[in-house]
Formats: sequence, structure tokens, C-alpha cells
Amino acid sequence: MTSRLFDLMLAQVVDLPEAEKHADGAHYFFPEQASEFAGRIDNLYMAIFWISTVFFAVIVGLMCYFVVKYRRQPGVRPLPSSSHNTTIEILWSVLPSIILVWIFYEGAAGFFAMRIIPEGAEEIQVEASQFAWTFTYPNGDTTDSLHLVQNRPVKLILRSRDFLHSFYVAAFRQKMDVVPGRYTTAYIVPTRVGKYRVACTEYCGDGHSIMRTYCQVHETAEARLKNTEWKKELHPPSINGQRIFKIYCAGCHNLNGTASTGPALNLIWGKNEDFTDGGSTLVDENYIRDSIYDPNKQIVKGYEPKMPTFKGKLTDKDIDHLIAFIKLKDGMATLTEATAADKPEGATPPASAPAPTTNPPAALPETKTGDADGK
Amino acid sequence: MATAEVRKELFGHAEQTNYLTHSRGFWSWALTLDHKRIGIMYLIGVCAALIIAGVFALWLRTHLFFANGAMAGEQWGILQVNNARYNQLFTLHGAIMVFSFIIPSVPAALGNFVLPMMLGAKDVAFPRLNLASFYLWIIGTGLLCAALASTGLDTGWTFYTPYSIRTTTSVLFATFGAFVLGFSSIFTGINFLVTVNTMRPKGMGWFDMPLFLWALYSTAIIQILATPVLGITLLMLIAERLMGIGIFDPKLGGDPVLFQHFFWFYSHPAVYIMILPAMGVISELISVYSHKKIFGYTFIAFSSVAIALLGFIVWGHHMFTSGQSQVMSLIFSAITFSVAIPSAVKVFNWLATLYKGSILLLTPMCYALSFIFLFGIGGLTGLFLGALSTDIHLHDTYFVVAHFHYVMVGGTLTALLGGLFHWWPKMFGRMYNDFLGRIGCFLVFMGFNLTFFPQFIMGSRGMPRRYATYDPEFEVFHQWSTVGAFVLGIGIVLSFVVLVYAALYGRKVSGNPFGAASLEWQSSSPPSFHNFDHKPIMHDPYDFDALVYDETLDSFVLREFTDPKQVPERHPVSH
Repeated sequence: MTSRLFDLMLAQVVDLPEAEKHADGAHYFFPEQASEFAGRIDNLYMAIFWISTVFFAVIVGLMCYFVVKYRRQPGVRPLPSSSHNTTIEILWSVLPSIILVWIFYEGAAGFFAMRIIPEGAEEIQVEASQFAWTFTYPNGDTTDSLHLVQNRPVKLILRSRDFLHSFYVAAFRQKMDVVPGRYTTAYIVPTRVGKYRVACTEYCGDGHSIMRTYCQVHETAEARLKNTEWKKELHPPSINGQRIFKIYCAGCHNLNGTASTGPALNLIWGKNEDFTDGGSTLVDENYIRDSIYDPNKQIVKGYEPKMPTFKGKLTDKDIDHLIAFIKLKDGMATLTEATAADKPEGATPPASAPAPTTNPPAALPETKTGDADGK
Repeated sequence: MATAEVRKELFGHAEQTNYLTHSRGFWSWALTLDHKRIGIMYLIGVCAALIIAGVFALWLRTHLFFANGAMAGEQWGILQVNNARYNQLFTLHGAIMVFSFIIPSVPAALGNFVLPMMLGAKDVAFPRLNLASFYLWIIGTGLLCAALASTGLDTGWTFYTPYSIRTTTSVLFATFGAFVLGFSSIFTGINFLVTVNTMRPKGMGWFDMPLFLWALYSTAIIQILATPVLGITLLMLIAERLMGIGIFDPKLGGDPVLFQHFFWFYSHPAVYIMILPAMGVISELISVYSHKKIFGYTFIAFSSVAIALLGFIVWGHHMFTSGQSQVMSLIFSAITFSVAIPSAVKVFNWLATLYKGSILLLTPMCYALSFIFLFGIGGLTGLFLGALSTDIHLHDTYFVVAHFHYVMVGGTLTALLGGLFHWWPKMFGRMYNDFLGRIGCFLVFMGFNLTFFPQFIMGSRGMPRRYATYDPEFEVFHQWSTVGAFVLGIGIVLSFVVLVYAALYGRKVSGNPFGAASLEWQSSSPPSFHNFDHKPIMHDPYDFDALVYDETLDSFVLREFTDPKQVPERHPVSH
């Protein structure tokens, strides 16, 4: 552990001076605005700042004025004054409330803009562990710093290997806790090319303060492909997932849409499953993870509780791979090494996509990215 | 003339025996059931805790003077700070400050002394429970110190799982210590609740009580209802560590976020345990030193209760980034804003009390005014954190650190010092040097702002909290902050020196030197063992016109007592 800490500290000394300083053009209170919603958050911050400043100035101003004006002087009797005035008391309770309602509304609206992730965002798996970050891209390649493409929406799927961590990029104004035992997600649309700090903001042990890396926003996908140090992975996650499926799941789950002992896996992703206990859930990453580790907690209607737990047999990483496979839906049955390169995981890519692409959202120009490795 | 002597004895400086001299020796203190002595012992205890935790604060602030850690070098010897040591420093600073200092500070130290006397009573309802509460405090604090002496503690004062399940430091000592301190807090709460409910004298209705009692009453409600949840949570954490019951441990199928819910279900109301009594103190000080009836008594009284009740349903605002559902975050954000209203109402009412008052800037009033200033900033910066989108950016940065220090230190510590200077002449019958007292107040105020204001800017620029080393661009802010911390430390030490010197060598004072109208000032200074030598005369605690200054006594007395013939009978139990 100690030597690992030392390595990390060295890495940090090398890395950080390159990261953006508080940029000259940036607002005094904030780092640069490098994401789509940063501007909106800063505006709300400044609005609250000025509202507070006015209130504070009035309160302290009146306080100082009264203290001077009504100071105790020998021989001067204080003026009679009322000790109660319902009208004014109700007024100063209700008027600030109106401002508070506005602040609440604007805060909530901005929050949902940051938290509701549109379809088609590039999916990057983030694994946090003491005291490092690993980012896995749709083709399976990994990096230890985050590499994004300008204006391309990203969905980060966060997972912790050990303790609580929190993923924070101040320039994006985005923060999300990384919780062991479940997936959390964060959404970013980076709007500025540059290098920004990534920090862990949930205390995680001795090296918490050195659990820092950076996020590089590249101008184009080609630039990202060329200028990033990739750790290559032999197979894309979906191929690994397919292998795990064949070993562990194929006995009870079909890929052709027909039910077996368990539901057909090509139909479940994104669907609402109804349970025997009356509840229902959207099938997402957390649902699949829970169903594999604790299968009998909730049983899908029409099935028997027959599935054993795979806790201890399948690792967190295996689950990630299985999820990547299940996300292919109808593509699951026909997946081969060749098609895997064609159809990187994530949201369904355009059918006509040329070989190496990383799930570009429809609105953006299609560009080559980090999966050219596979060739 | 006999009546003159009686007058002097009743309203003057207690020349004969008082509660301090009533009996002597270690056991007369250690086994006392007298609320005043227990209050004094609590006061000594919490001040010791403040000093220990304050030294940790200065230690870690010194380390933060440079971006790579000013105390990382070998030459610091046993003071050397590495990352692990740093984590222990901020953890113990937080845990001791919160559990051993702030929570008991105003209620258990000041409240114990003042509450029964404000009711004109001889003692609290359960004097033995009161003493037990103090011993639990000693045991709990002892356990926290035992954690410190063994392998330390590095979980942060929040004990978040799963780190607190796995770390090799003394989580068991510390959590058990906090568990015991919880009981101490519950005992105090029960005692105050019952005392206020059952021992109000004839003629004192709920709305004739001083506002400090309303504040303590609201606090007691929170202590009794919320603290058991902390106790259960900590016991489950202990069970998780010892037996692996799998409630919080994700490796055993538990949910670490559940711990956060349990923890904040107590610890958010605990924020109001810390600030409500402080607000009560300020209501007294503002009114007494403006020599004017407090403005909007009913609104202030009910705002205390409103804060206490609303405080129970806002805990989720500590968890906007934790992965809790977005709808829940939305609801918690909305309720959080509703707590802002009663707090603002109090500030407005204090201001209106100053209006057309007769303001005397003695040391306690200086603290009261600086409370309004600091709590104003602490409260208003809460708006940034209650709003969802800005909180995502500011959560777990120095902005939060600055915000809660403005509330807890700028609020509670300031009020505690103000309250001490206000009631000190009553406690010890001697006056402090007011000039030095005000200098101390000024240093505390300036040092505090210098320490914590730069942290707001650091925070909104993205400096995460709990970092032992940090990016160089934040260095200048940290340096201001460290300098400020030392100024703050000097201010607090100076204030304590002024107070202790006064208690030993100060000028003797009479029963009511400040012209305050609540009942505790109808006793001699210091009060006799039985509190009152005559039956206290019930009247409005904010009716300052009922008092006149009596030169022969150098004290304010009730108007009717200026006529020696009207001096009341001595209390039958007194002598």
C-alpha cells in the first residue's frame, strides 16, 4: 500500500501542473465553465449571491445604524416603541418565502437538466478504488484519466471497488457519489476543449487527497484517438459478456425471445418488468446487477424463483460485461467478434455505421475513436 | 438598620455563604446534586474539549499552510503530519467538537446553571439524572480520548460506511463514546423538558417564560426524539464491525447509503440542538442590552418550535449526490427552504428589538451583534446548498466547511461566549474587565472571518474538503485561513483569561448589575445554595421598566423594593 501511495503521489506531481489553473478569463468565484449546464448553475449561484448580499447589507446596515443611533446615553430615556406588530411580522415571513420558492424552482430545474440523461449518450464505465480512477470506453479500452470529445454527451456509469468515493469535475459543476454495491450515473456535455481536474470528494481513506486525475476534452474524436494513451483490451465488453452468458446463463435464458426457465434476455433491457409482489422496475444496470446477485428478492411475473445467486462466482467486472451484452438486445443472438467491432455497446448504434465508431449520437458527425485499436 | 442588611443580603454580593462556598472538598463537587455546580463542572469539561479539539484544528490548519503540506517534513518530529495523521486530525477535531463540545455547550453548561433559576426554582426536576448526565459526558469523552490514545480514528466524524467497517482505527471506542454521549444528551433533554413542564411557578404561563427557555425546551424535544436514532445507528455499526450483520456492508448485501440516512436523521436535527439554544441566548442578550422588551415574542417562541420540528424532515439534503432518488432530493430541497423562514424571522425580530432601544455595548452585546453578523452569513450561504443544482457543485467542498463553521462556531461558540460574559457575574459574583472582554470579542470576530470567509471562495472554485494536500492555486486562500485560525485561537484564549481572572480577582458585583429582568437576577451574586433567599417576584421577563437602579446596592432592583419596608421575607429554607 505504501509504495502504491508513493507511486500515486509521484504521478500527481507530474500530472497536475499541466492541469488548467484558475483561468484568467474565469469568473472570480468559479473555475471555467466547461459543460453545458455550468452556465446555468453559475447564474443561479450569482443570483443567490446578490439576493443574499442585499439582505445581508440591509440587516447589518440597520444593525450598525441602530447601535449608533440608539446607544445608551446618560440622562436620555429611550423612546417608547412597540414590541409587537403582526402585520410587519407576517410580511417579513411571507415576502422572503416568495424569493425562496424561486430559488428552489431554479435549483430543481437545473438539477434535472444535469441528472436526466438523454438516449444516445456515449457510455463510459468509471471504476473508483483506493485511490485511483479507471475509465472504460465502449470498446473495452481503458484509461486512468478521462478523455472526452467536445460537445459529445457522455453518460458515466460509476462503480466502486471498495469504499465510497465521489466523482467531481469542478469545471463541469458535476458531482456524483460512487457507491459500492450499486451503479450511479452522471451526465456531462463538455463544451470546451481543455484539461480539467477530476477529484474524489467523498472521504475514502489515507490517500483521499491524492485521488486526483484529470479530464481531457478533445476537439474531435480523431484527436482523442490519437492523443490518448490507451490500455488496450483484447475483446470488447460485449464479447466477454457473451462468453460469460454461454457459461452461466444460457441454460435457463434464451436469446430468441422465447421464455425458458427464466425470461429471454434479448427482450428485457429498457423494459418495465412486473413482479409477483405487485411492484415493477425499469430494467437498468442496477436491476441486472441485483437480479444476478440476489435473484429471489423479486420474481418476474410468470416465473418461479429458481435462479441461484451468482455472488462470489461473478465479479463486478463480469457483471459489467454481461450488462454490455444484454444492452445489445436483438443483437445478442448474432454477436460475433466482427460484429462486436461494428456495434460497440451502449445505445443501439446506427445500423449502417462504418466499422470503428464509438456510439456517436445521431446529431453529431460520426467520427473515429478509440476503438480503432481492435483492428 | 436590619432591613438594610437584609436588602444587601438579598440583592447584593453574597458576602456569606453561596453555592460555591456552601461546602468544600472534592466530593462536595463530585457528588453534588446542585444544578449550579453541575453546570460549572460541565462548563469546565466542555471548555477542555474545546481546547483539545481547537489544538487539533490549529495543527491541521498549520499543515495546510502549504499546498504540499507544511508539516510533512521530518524536522517536525512528533508533530509531523502525513496523510494518515491528517485524516486523524480532522476526524478527532470534528468528533470532539461536535459530540463533546458544541452539543452540550449551551444547554448543559449555561442551561444547567440558568434554567432552574429562570423558573425561580431550586433545582431541575431530576437532580440525580442531571449528575448522571455529567458522568456520562465524562465517560463518553473519555472513550473518544481513548480512541485518540490507541490507534486513533480516521473515519471523519460522520463514520460513513463501509470505510468505518474496514478501517483499522478505533472505531469501536469512538462510536461507543458517541453512543454514551448521546445518553448524556438525552438525560439533559428529559430533565429540562420535565422541569419546564412541571416546575414553572404560579403566575408564569408558557408565554411568560424567557425565550431562552423556549429555546432549551425545543432543543430538549430534539434531543429526546432524535438522539436514540443515533444510538441505534452506532450500535448497528458496532454490530456490523464485530459480527458482520450485513446491514451497511455492501459485501454482505448491505446498503452503505442506509447508514447515511440513519446518521443524518439524527445529525441534521443535531444541528438545531447546537444552534437553537444559541439563538435563545441571543434573544436574551439583545433584549437586556437594548433595555427593551423583545420584539415579537410569540413569533420567536414559535419559530424555535418550528425549527425543531421542521429540522426532523430535512436530513436528505446532506445526500443530494449520494445516489438517492431524484424525487427524494426534490422533496428534501423544498422542505429545507422552509426552515429558512423561522430562522430569518428571528433575525428580523432581533433587529426590531434594537430599534429605539437603549443600547449598551458591553462585551455580551458585542458577541450578540457579532452573532447576528456571522449567523447571517451562515444562514444565507445555506441557500446555495439548499438549491439542488448549486449544491451538486458545492457539496463536499470547502464551501460547506465554511457554511457550517459560520453556523456552529460563528453561531454557537459566539453565543456561548456572549452568554458566559452575560451570566459570569451571576455565576461568580465578580465582574470582568469589559475592555479586555471586548478586545477578545473583536479578535474572535476578526479571526473567525479571516479563517472561514476565504473558504467560501475556495469551495466555489472547487477545493474538496478533507484534503491533506491540495492544488497550488488554492494556497493563498489556505494561508489567509491559517492566519485567521491563530487569531481566532488567541481571541478565545484571551476571553478565557479575562473570565478566569475575573472569577478569581474581579470586582465584586451585586445581584443584578446589568438590569436584566428575568428571575435569575433576583438572587444574590453568586446565588446562595438554594438559589433564592426570598420568593422571587413573578413579572414579565422583558419588562425592564419594572427595575430601577439602587445606588446603595449598586444593583437594579424591582421598583417596589426601593422602599425598604417592602423588602420581602427571607426564604424559610434559607437559613
